Amino acid sequence: MSRYFSKDHEWIDVDGDTGTVGITDYAQGQLGDITFVELPAVGQAVKKGESVSVVDSVKAASDVYTPVSGEVTDANPALADAPELVNADAETGGWLFRIKLADAGELGDLMDEAAYKDYVDGL
Amino acid sequence: MSEDYDNDDLDAVDPLVLPLDAWHRTRGARMVEFAGYQMPVQYEGIIAEHTWTRENAGLFDVSHMGQLEVSGEGVVAALEALLPGDFAALKPGRQRYSLLLNEAGGVIDDLMVTNRGDHFYVVVNGATKWDDIGHLREHLPDEITLTHLDEHALLALQGPKAAEALGRLGLVPAFDGMPALADLKFMQAGPFLWDGRPLGVSRSGYTGEDGFEISVRGEDVAALADALCAQPEVKPIGLGARDSLRLEAGLPLYGHDLNEETDPISADLGFAISKRRRSEGGFLGAETVLARLAEGTSARRVGLALEGRQAAREGAQVMQGDQQVGQVTSGGFSPSLQRPIAMAYVDAALAAPGTALDIDVRGKRLSATVVPMPFVPHRYHR
Repeated sequence: MSRYFSKDHEWIDVDGDTGTVGITDYAQGQLGDITFVELPAVGQAVKKGESVSVVDSVKAASDVYTPVSGEVTDANPALADAPELVNADAETGGWLFRIKLADAGELGDLMDEAAYKDYVDGL
Repeated sequence: MSEDYDNDDLDAVDPLVLPLDAWHRTRGARMVEFAGYQMPVQYEGIIAEHTWTRENAGLFDVSHMGQLEVSGEGVVAALEALLPGDFAALKPGRQRYSLLLNEAGGVIDDLMVTNRGDHFYVVVNGATKWDDIGHLREHLPDEITLTHLDEHALLALQGPKAAEALGRLGLVPAFDGMPALADLKFMQAGPFLWDGRPLGVSRSGYTGEDGFEISVRGEDVAALADALCAQPEVKPIGLGARDSLRLEAGLPLYGHDLNEETDPISADLGFAISKRRRSEGGFLGAETVLARLAEGTSARRVGLALEGRQAAREGAQVMQGDQQVGQVTSGGFSPSLQRPIAMAYVDAALAAPGTALDIDVRGKRLSATVVPMPFVPHRYHR
């Protein structure tokens, strides 16, 4: 399994042709207390870079952009009652949705962990 | 700065630094630009800070706000020409909420006025203070002196344990015969000495809780903030929680819930138009304001409680069926109520509590109900 990162602070774990997507720990720290997560519908076809989810914090609503194209296969059911899971556990239990990748070649546009860390350090 | 600069260049002007800047950074504040100043938006997190203030005492640095002194022969009449409050009846040591109105009855700013005996002390919003000062200078007669206390800081200590914590600092009244700190009631004020240092203290605030606002010389503010935060009940609180607290308290935020296009009656701030002034008029904007008082307004500021957890924010359209019937002016998740709340201007016919409305949030309809404000009951010390 490999993990990739986007400049918009999403992470994706890829296992075969399925990816699990969330926002990074850096992103949750910037957003602050998360109070609501709007998730994409299972079965929804999405295009890379499209806003597919909204994370609401006390401060503001923020779009989540899917880092790859494909079909949404699952959405994290725990977030309906416990959106704060994204704060506590952004890069594991606070995942947002799963997606069946349409084009694995799109992963080439993303960063690996070291590159993302450099990117965040430069912000 | 040249007038040829466009807005982007104006934004690039370095924000000003307040006396407690380093103090905030040392305590781990995340600083943002607000009203032209570097201000702490949060320390440990908005919800934790919000809850702490509701249960204990929160210390807010609001030194960006404008502190003004107005004095001179005929100062009461001069203030009453610009503000709709009854300042002839405001006794020394008493404070009143008021509104700076333009000729059309629009709200230039909302503010607090204290009768300090030999002068009136006025606190205005940070983002509007320069315009306010210009407006006041333009309209006040020459014999009235307007002084901007730009070397003073302003702290607010808010919460059910604020009186206990501040009480431990041993403030003494500056003059014989003045009430002791513990005897101050909501909207009362007085000069005190802390370790020989002068403080202007009022029992008021912007959270709906009991608490104090403390005007202090810039050179003394860090020591005072340290002394307050050394009390076990007190933690520093950022602007983020200040906003969620005032929203729950139903208190409007200038620039969002109030502006020059809104009049006091639509804004549901009719209480700021004192009884005598209603019959006598004689303040800037009186014609419009008194007409709206008599005839009613087409829109009204109301509170909305939302279903679900998704918040509606400033600018969201309030709908009834396919008709837009209003607009949200501020909104967010209420940490105390654990649900989203909002303030909105809606058609006056739909302003009654219990009215069911929808809010359009990013193309989605959220169900909302008009509810009385405050959303969370005030706990002032009366």
